[in-house]
Formats: sequence, structure tokens, C-alpha cells
Amino acid sequence: MYETTYHKPGTLQEAVSLFSEVEEAAYLSGGHTLIPTMKGRLAAPAHLIDVRRIPELSGITVGPDRIIIGAATTHATVAASEKIRALIPSLCGLAGSIGDVQVRHVGTIGGSVANNDPAADYPSAVLALDATLHTDRRSIPASEYFDGLYTTTLEPGEILVRIEFKVPEIAGYAKFRNPASRYALAAAFVARHRDGNIHVAITGAGNAGVFRWTEAEEALQARFEPDAVKGLLPDENDLMGDMHAPADYRANLVGVVTRRAVENLGGILIE
Amino acid sequence: MSKVAITVNGTLHTKEVEDRTLLVQFLRDHLGLTGTHVGCDTTQCGACTVIVDGKAVKSCTILAASIEGASVSTVEGLADGEKLHDVQAAFHEHHGLQCGFCTPGMIMASVNMIERHDGVLDEATVRHELEGNLCRCTGYHNIIKAVLSAAEKHRTAHAVAAE
Ligand SMILES: Cc1cc2nc3c(=O)[nH]c(=O)nc-3n(C[C@H](O)[C@H](O)[C@H](O)COP(=O)(O)OP(=O)(O)OC[C@H]3O[C@@H](n4cnc5c(N)ncnc54)[C@H](O)[C@@H]3O)c2cc1C
Ligand code: FES
Ligand code: FES
Repeated sequence: MYETTYHKPGTLQEAVSLFSEVEEAAYLSGGHTLIPTMKGRLAAPAHLIDVRRIPELSGITVGPDRIIIGAATTHATVAASEKIRALIPSLCGLAGSIGDVQVRHVGTIGGSVANNDPAADYPSAVLALDATLHTDRRSIPASEYFDGLYTTTLEPGEILVRIEFKVPEIAGYAKFRNPASRYALAAAFVARHRDGNIHVAITGAGNAGVFRWTEAEEALQARFEPDAVKGLLPDENDLMGDMHAPADYRANLVGVVTRRAVENLGGILIE
Repeated sequence: MSKVAITVNGTLHTKEVEDRTLLVQFLRDHLGLTGTHVGCDTTQCGACTVIVDGKAVKSCTILAASIEGASVSTVEGLADGEKLHDVQAAFHEHHGLQCGFCTPGMIMASVNMIERHDGVLDEATVRHELEGNLCRCTGYHNIIKAVLSAAEKHRTAHAVAAE
């Protein structure tokens, strides 16, 4: 890892000003993506601005139809939150399925959603639960936030502050993991919203990252049962093919995990 | 460079270190506590697991400067003189190690797991909670036996204490 200068601002304003004043800065949250990247010298920020002491980035607020999670909240905290479990149990289950105990103790929702790894778990919940991403300067609807592999519409220096999820009528999450990395090879977050709309978000499989699978949404809109998506597969030209799994295999997995998510509404199924 | 003050196994240590110093380097290179191992240096293996403010973490992926003021437990802090900690004794008794390289991380993850669950653990939970700790020797079965037996001991001790 190259040398770097570490900063721990106590306010949002201080963090944003610091970012604009110094050259080659990066925000640091749990560091469980950024530090390994720096060790591999794939990133070499001259300044690290730790966002974890900024008060606006912590805490979980729950309303009747909204759950708002501070960006610096760890996966373990979300997994253990009784307030969230009462409204969206599959979101707790998703958080509890990320990496391992040690990773969940440190990694944060904001870091994961800012990083937008195509195999990360949270982006699927953000899309399926029609979340709003609140930053230091604006609010971005989920549909306008993800912008391809490891890319989002966050501007340089923009801080993700809170993520606001819509509480659905019911939701389910199913994931098929790569046995070595334990990241998703394919995972589906399925939610039926209170207005009757059904959202299906797929992670792990898309060649442009997380995506809404509209054909499955239409099929489930007509009949909200696991069998409604039987035989339905996404176009494999839109999927990743790599040494872990070719695109046609991933297409099949997308069908499997979507059906399993519908079979496990109110919970999760991880394999 | 930053001045970093961290309490390790009950003793406060203040050191002037480079900002890029990882917690595991702080422990091994600056404090000479080489019980904490570096297996992969890529956040995969868990050999570097220590407990920071009550949570098991991978010390190869945490900047020392970022935990200024925290309290850290490492494997060196477990035994009471010649008397092994219950989890260490259980690993010994159940042959939960062969080469021993993964053991400090396994033990710290297990100590933390038993504390967080008040010793109420079953085999499936222990296996799930040890997903972040890799062992290339034992095949895990004896590690699981050791953790379950130490958890049982913890439950009994606490039940007695509560009476
Ligand atoms: C062994 C291992 C296994 C893992 N398994 C999984 C898994 O199964 N599923 C999964 O989804 N993830 C997994 N992860 C990733 C983990 O969830 C990371 O914690 C997460 O992706 C990044 O969060 P972080 O808080 O560590 O962010 P950091 O590493 O601190 O930051 C990541 C990126 O986001 C930026 N950033 C951070 N916070 C903000 C903010 N508030 N505003 C703007 N930009 C910000 C940083 O500048 C950086 O570019 C795994 C990681 C490891 C090490
Ligand atoms: S050395 Fe830290 S996880 Fe392997
Ligand atoms: S005992 Fe050798 S790696 Fe676990």
C-alpha cells in the first residue's frame, strides 16, 4: 500500500470541503473494499477521508412506510436490527448473508452501495425496494443511481448520507453463492409494494451490474406465485460470463433464484 | 504520521505510526505481539482476527489510525499465566489444530462468538460464524467440537454465576 494521509472529519461540511481542497482524495467507510484495493495498488488515494464519525451517516429510523439507514451502518447492525426485521425481514437476512462475521462487523451499507460491485447484495434491495439515496447535496431515486459496473451517478466528492427504503407489502431474497468467493453468482430480491407493483432486482449476473428483470415482474404481476416465472430466462447476452460461470448457466440461475425468492417471501434462501 | 493510542489487552499503547499502518502491523511490528498472524493479507482467511470493542474483525484490513481510542484483545491476552483460557484449552483437548497457523484467528473468532451468543450455540451456527476463518489442516470438525465444548463450559459457568 502506498503512503496516504488519514483524516477523520466530524461533520459533513468538513468532509466535503476537505475532499475539494486536497488532491486525490477518497472517502473511507468500512474499508473492506477500499483497503484491499489499495493493498493491491489498484487504488492509491493520497488522502483518506473517514466518514464514520459524521453523525448524519449513522442511525436507523423507522416510519410506517419507510426505513432510513445511515450510510456508515455496518452489515452486522442491519442484520441484528429488530426495528428493520419487523418491517422488512429479508433486508436483515440479506445483510446477514454478506461475507462473514468479521466483514459484517466492519463493512457498511453506504460503502457497498457506493461501490456498486456487480456481485454485491445491497444494490438488489436498493432497486427492488425503490430506495432513495440521500447525499450531502440531493436525493437520487434508485432508478437513476446505478450506472454500470462499479459506477454510480454520485459526483466526485458527493457523500452518500442515508438510504431510504420503501416498506413493501412483502419481499424475499434468494442467492446462489460462488462457493469460493461466497459472493452471489446470481441473486434475486423480489418485492410486492403496497401499491401492488412488483419489483424484481437481480444482482451477481448482469454484465452491466444490478438490473430490474422486467419480464419476471410482468409475469409475477399477472400471478404472484413461484410458478409464474417457470421457464422464463433473461437474455444471456445481457449477463456476465466468466471463469466462475458462463452466461447461459447464469441465465438459468437467475430463473432459479427468482423462483426461490418468491417461494421464500418474508425471508431469505441462501445457497 | 499519526499519533495513535490503542488499548491492547488492557494496556494503553501510544505510538507514532504512518497513516497506512494496518492494525495487524501495529500489533506485530510496533508492539511485538506476533501471536496475531497474517495468512492471506487479502481479508479472506481470518488468521489476523482480533477483537476490537467487542467485535471480531480482520486486523489486516483496518487502519490503526481509524481505531484510535479503541480497546483490542489479541490471543496473547487470553491465558492467565500458565492457565489457558477455556477456548484455548478446548482447542488443545479436542485437537482443534495441526500446524497452528490459523489458530490465533480461530480462537479469537470463537471467543467473540461465544461472548456474543452467551454460549448458546449449535453446530450450524458455529460453522456459519466461522465462515471467515480458513484452516488448511484440520478439516474443521475438531475446531467445531472445541468451540461447542467451550461454549458449553461458558454456559455452565454463567448459570452458576447467576445463581
Ligand atoms: C472477504 C470479503 C467478503 C465479502 N463478501 C461480500 C458479499 O458476499 N456480498 C457483498 O455485497 N459484499 C461483500 N463484501 C464487500 C463488503 O460488503 C464491503 O464492506 C463493501 O462492499 C464496501 O463497504 P465498506 O464500508 O467496506 O466501504 P469502503 O471500502 O470503505 O468503500 C468502498 C467505496 O465506496 C466509497 N464510499 C464509501 N462510503 C461512501 C459514502 N458514504 N459516500 C460516497 N462514497 C463512499 C469509497 O470511497 C470506496 O470507493 C465482502 C468483502 C470482503 C473483504
Ligand atoms: S490475513 Fe487478514 S484475513 Fe487473512
Ligand atoms: S491448523 Fe493448520 S491452518 Fe489450521
